[in-house]
Amino acid sequence: MSRHIVRFLRRGRLVERRGFAPTETLLEHLRLRERALGTKEGCAEGDCGACTVAIGRLQSGRLAYEPVNACIQLLGAIDGTEVVTVDDLAEPGGRLHPVQRALVDAHASQCGFCTPGFVMSLFTLYHAGVRADRAIVNDWLAGNLCRCTGYRPIADAALACCSGEADDAYAKRAAETARRLAALAEGEDDLFTGNEDAFFAAPSTEDGLAALAARFPDATIVAGATDVGLWITKQLRELPRIVHTGRVASLHEIREEDDRVEIGAAATYAEAEPALRALDPDIGEMLRRLGSKQVRAAGTVGGNIANGSPIGDSPPVLIALGATIELRLRDTRRTLPLEDFFLDYGRQDRAPGEILTRIVVPRPGPAEHFRCYKVSKRYDQDISALLGAFRLRIERGRVAEACIAYGGMAATPKRARNAERAATGLRLDEPAAWPAAADALADDFSPIDDHRASAAYRMRVARSLLAKALAEIAGRPSAETRVAGMRERAAA
Amino acid sequence: MKSSAPITNSTITDRPGLDPGASVGLALAHDSAARHVQGSAAYVDDLPEPAGTLHVAPGSAGAARGPIRSMDLDAVRASPGVAAVLTAADIPGENDCSPAFGDDPILAAGEILFHGQVVFAVVAATRDAARRAARRARIEVAARPPRVTVDDGLADGAEVMPPYEFRRGAPEAAIAAAPHRLDGRVRIGGQEHFYLEGQAALAVPGEDDEMRVHSSTQHPSEVQHLVARMLGAPDAAVVCECRRMGGGFGGKESQAAQWACLAALAARVTGRPAKVRLDRDDDMAMTGKRHDFRVDWRCGFDGGGVLTGVDADLDARCGCSADLSPGVNDRAMFHADNAYYYPAARIRSRRVRTDTVSNTAFRGFGGPQGMLVAERMMDAAAITLGLDPLRVRKRNLYGPGRDVTPYGMRVGEHVVPRLVRELERTSGYAARRRAIARFNARGGTLRRGIALTPVKFGISFTLRELNQAGALVHVFTDGSVQVNHGGTEMGQGLHVKVAQVVAEEFGIGVDQVRITATRTDKVPNAPPTAASSGSDLNGMAAHRAARTIRRRLAALAARLFQVREAEVGFAGGRVRVGAETISFGELARLAFTERVSLSSTGYYATPKVSWDRDTASGRPFLYFAGGAACSEVAVDTETGEMRVERVDVLHDAGRSLNPAIDMGQIEGGFVQGMGWLTTEELVFDETGRLLTHAPSTYKIPTCSDVPADFRVALFEPGRNREPTIHRSKAVGEPPLMLALSVFSAITHALASLSPGRVPPLDAPATPEAILRAADAMRAEA
Ligand SMILES: Cc1cc2nc3c(=O)[nH]c(=O)nc-3n(C[C@@H](O)[C@@H](O)[C@H](O)COP(=O)(O)OP(=O)(O)OC[C@H]3O[C@@H](n4cnc5c(N)ncnc54)[C@H](O)[C@@H]3O)c2cc1C
Ligand code: FES
Ligand code: FES
Repeated sequence: MSRHIVRFLRRGRLVERRGFAPTETLLEHLRLRERALGTKEGCAEGDCGACTVAIGRLQSGRLAYEPVNACIQLLGAIDGTEVVTVDDLAEPGGRLHPVQRALVDAHASQCGFCTPGFVMSLFTLYHAGVRADRAIVNDWLAGNLCRCTGYRPIADAALACCSGEADDAYAKRAAETARRLAALAEGEDDLFTGNEDAFFAAPSTEDGLAALAARFPDATIVAGATDVGLWITKQLRELPRIVHTGRVASLHEIREEDDRVEIGAAATYAEAEPALRALDPDIGEMLRRLGSKQVRAAGTVGGNIANGSPIGDSPPVLIALGATIELRLRDTRRTLPLEDFFLDYGRQDRAPGEILTRIVVPRPGPAEHFRCYKVSKRYDQDISALLGAFRLRIERGRVAEACIAYGGMAATPKRARNAERAATGLRLDEPAAWPAAADALADDFSPIDDHRASAAYRMRVARSLLAKALAEIAGRPSAETRVAGMRERAAA
Repeated sequence: MKSSAPITNSTITDRPGLDPGASVGLALAHDSAARHVQGSAAYVDDLPEPAGTLHVAPGSAGAARGPIRSMDLDAVRASPGVAAVLTAADIPGENDCSPAFGDDPILAAGEILFHGQVVFAVVAATRDAARRAARRARIEVAARPPRVTVDDGLADGAEVMPPYEFRRGAPEAAIAAAPHRLDGRVRIGGQEHFYLEGQAALAVPGEDDEMRVHSSTQHPSEVQHLVARMLGAPDAAVVCECRRMGGGFGGKESQAAQWACLAALAARVTGRPAKVRLDRDDDMAMTGKRHDFRVDWRCGFDGGGVLTGVDADLDARCGCSADLSPGVNDRAMFHADNAYYYPAARIRSRRVRTDTVSNTAFRGFGGPQGMLVAERMMDAAAITLGLDPLRVRKRNLYGPGRDVTPYGMRVGEHVVPRLVRELERTSGYAARRRAIARFNARGGTLRRGIALTPVKFGISFTLRELNQAGALVHVFTDGSVQVNHGGTEMGQGLHVKVAQVVAEEFGIGVDQVRITATRTDKVPNAPPTAASSGSDLNGMAAHRAARTIRRRLAALAARLFQVREAEVGFAGGRVRVGAETISFGELARLAFTERVSLSSTGYYATPKVSWDRDTASGRPFLYFAGGAACSEVAVDTETGEMRVERVDVLHDAGRSLNPAIDMGQIEGGFVQGMGWLTTEELVFDETGRLLTHAPSTYKIPTCSDVPADFRVALFEPGRNREPTIHRSKAVGEPPLMLALSVFSAITHALASLSPGRVPPLDAPATPEAILRAADAMRAEA
């Protein structure tokens, strides 16, 4: 049975929308339809956070709030959730929410245009059940830009109010909200609004998804819309048919086996993070720097792969780990090494109507050392100029096997086969021999010049990263090799 | 509350020693803070839309400069929801939105001046419909190779204004005779304002030729005048209003006018209200930015690093029109000394024309670029002599007997040396520098650096006529007060400061003073809110307006209660009249009954300032504001990545009107300056198209870029020597330049790679720029 209405909770009431444009964003719904004007648009591309709202969902039966960028969040994708915006927080008499109070007390707004977004990000931190420290706050706010305050007062406000204990109206009615959300989810029906020419569809089963994608091979498959959202808001692309993967529970699954981790294609970064972080602290740091809290609450590893981008952060890391992916066309499943999925710029080994279903990531073996480095103009929420990922098997002080992949160095995320060969056999106690191995990178890559970095810089730093990985694996503490993202700190 | 500990960013308190009931000096929250956090503070796009409001989207040709060969807008017109398509031919009056020189067409007429220039505008039922339609134009341009960089413009001899020069003494001879000589070239990048609220305007047509424009602008009067001229209507037919901006930073000084004009034009042509709200990418591509500079400098100095002569060529990319470039470049020249005495100097500026978006005002207005050159010379002299740059800086500071600027103005008070000495002590500079030397001597990949740099910034508009302000104060018969002035609120807290000034005058609480939107029909002919002058000018004008009313009230009370005027006092919401007191509201009511006016204007013109540009003489500034900052960084010399690890700031806000607001300006300014000098890189392609036109590619600082160890203090005995409003000092722009300490700290870190050599670091110090400089150091070594 298909449901034709999108439903979600707002201010304790059930909102129902039908007959909306498949590409309508949550921000459009709020500002143009509800005229709930607290939520601002600063960029319409997920980068400034002015549009941040909190989305309440059930996670293992409990209500949890996550921040998302309403500007690139598709309205249909929030089906079955609670949407909380800045307009909703103060109590009717005007009593401010603890987060709002803390921001006022800390003098944390100047022009105020960023403030609604900060309020909502901090609202989710307030409800996260962690006592905030500055590192947590930095991370939580990486997706909120403020041009006026210099952030210090905002961070102080966060430290003052986010103690891990939520005691607001939302916490008080959490059980009730959870019950209502559970009621919405009952029956797990397929969602289909519109008609065959223009629709927003969100099947609830993998079979249903595969069937629909195959039936409409020209439809746009959408997971978190952190890429597709920009096609809509910036390129003004007409996307009449949208197939959303987010309601398929099995595609959100993360399985942690002894020898591998399996990630469903619709799992958000936030969902996949714990399992991936456990593989190596560098992967945790890479994910921490991938987008922002908002982007990771919506975006998926699956989307990062399926978009085929040469500068996605997770593909080179997964390639270096030897990941394979599972694709499905109707009822036919196939698996292939992730590196073989990327054929050329903008071209992937995926048939029309075929969907990505799973990513299988082998755990590094006992003698295997992993490192990855993201290099970008800005530390947080920036696209990499390049990213290098290294998995080296070390035997008796030598590199016995090397698996090395880079992003940002070619038209696709790509292995450095020549450098791998050259690195094999290197002795960890013979740094003088390393530069010769790095020379091989020139045979692997001819990177491009763009606004993120020049070709020369990319090549130069690609070499540095290989040397850095070797030095660290040889035993140099990362406090001597990095200015941020120390492994020791993450491990502690 | 009384306190005598210094006011720091970890303990923001009222100014110590205030009288009970005082308003000025209280660390009050921003007047809109509670509305900001609730999302109920309205910006232009949040105003109720009058029925029938149409939406305007700009369209461009997507080509470099050149004559327009043909323009096919049929598909645009046929697009769903389109009500009108505007071109230059639709403009009834003048097609210009420039602040002075008549060279900024609202809509391109006949020729494209830069990639991204607005050629037409679509008016449609929804913003989405307008944006979609705008992409359907087919415009052919006979594009010519554009001049994109300063070098391109110079090669072509293209200028928007003639060159200008200050000269004092005989610098060439002084440099030639100096025991040490150095020269260098530094490139200094521009900066996008990235106000969080993009450009926006809503125009509502009135009767006949009347037009009301809500604009997110720092200069409502100019918007009013330009809209009137564009419509061919008298100024008096147009009202411009601005309650608040979601950030300005100079980017809505002249740059807001074009969008207000387009909204007004759409409203005139369709007879319906019309709104423009730029998409972020359009905003970044279509509006001007901070000027990028190429500077060639030469200097001579003695064995102690004391300068004997300086010769600098400041070449700025102005873009396709003059805009505010004359003032920006003059200010760069005025600040090429920063806080240092140049016994002999030649400062020359060329205002280079390029076929790119016209560069404009940005916090500091050229000053930051000029000051970077001074700091580069300090670092260069110290590094070549093997001295601590701070020692060299201190030796070169202005002081008694060494106090005449290259433009002939005397530096009257010497706060900066005190600030520097005090910060040197409180930041633990010397010990940290020693520790860094030990760390760097180990020779690893990571290097550290520290630098302590001063800021001296001239306060006043260098265009004399802008140094004036008006205010309008009404007292109502219940004792509540409305204040209005020509200044605009962009987040800097101007309105709460002015309210504090007015409340102080009437002895009432600030909550009794109602702040209202800036409107050109209340206070006409106001200068832009710029040049850090907002509270200096408008605070004083409002003070005078309130004082006029207070005098009237005092005279009335004296007459009615048969006491001398001196026996009438205003405090704590009460008016003391001899032995009796009545409430302020009661006195206001009495004034009405007795037919005494409860409303007054106030007017202020900055005294003492004069600047004769032709003879390069006079006193362009009423005073100087100052501060000092010490920053420490860690640099990865194999990738160019850099972290700022600690920052200490000591800043002089004079007798602060509101320490909380001033602290916000200092911290925010520092971080904005740090962004300009590190991660914020504007990249144009060879057609002059901006490639970094969105926050995905243009990176302003985030929370984690600001060191957790960030200690800011207000200079305790701060007090303006000049009789400014309550002896405060302007604080809007100067803190931005405190961030030069970050740039110098990176320079210090890199210098350790090859002692004695000056790192060829350009701004912004992106990872790539840092690595380039590091590799150059190693190659030379
Ligand atoms: C502000 C911001 C910051 C970002 N920062 C980073 C960053 O630091 N590093 C980085 O790597 N990326 C970054 N990104 C991009 C990153 O968020 C996306 O690449 C994300 O991983 C895509 O996932 P998604 O679920 O949002 O995909 P969507 O946008 O929903 O889809 C992306 C593509 O994948 C396809 N697709 C999705 N799921 C499937 C499926 N199951 N089967 C077949 N096709 C599918 C879609 O059709 C589309 O072509 C950023 C994005 C934003 C907006
Ligand atoms: S508006 Fe900037 S992130 Fe949504
Ligand atoms: S307060 Fe202005 S952008 Fe944050």
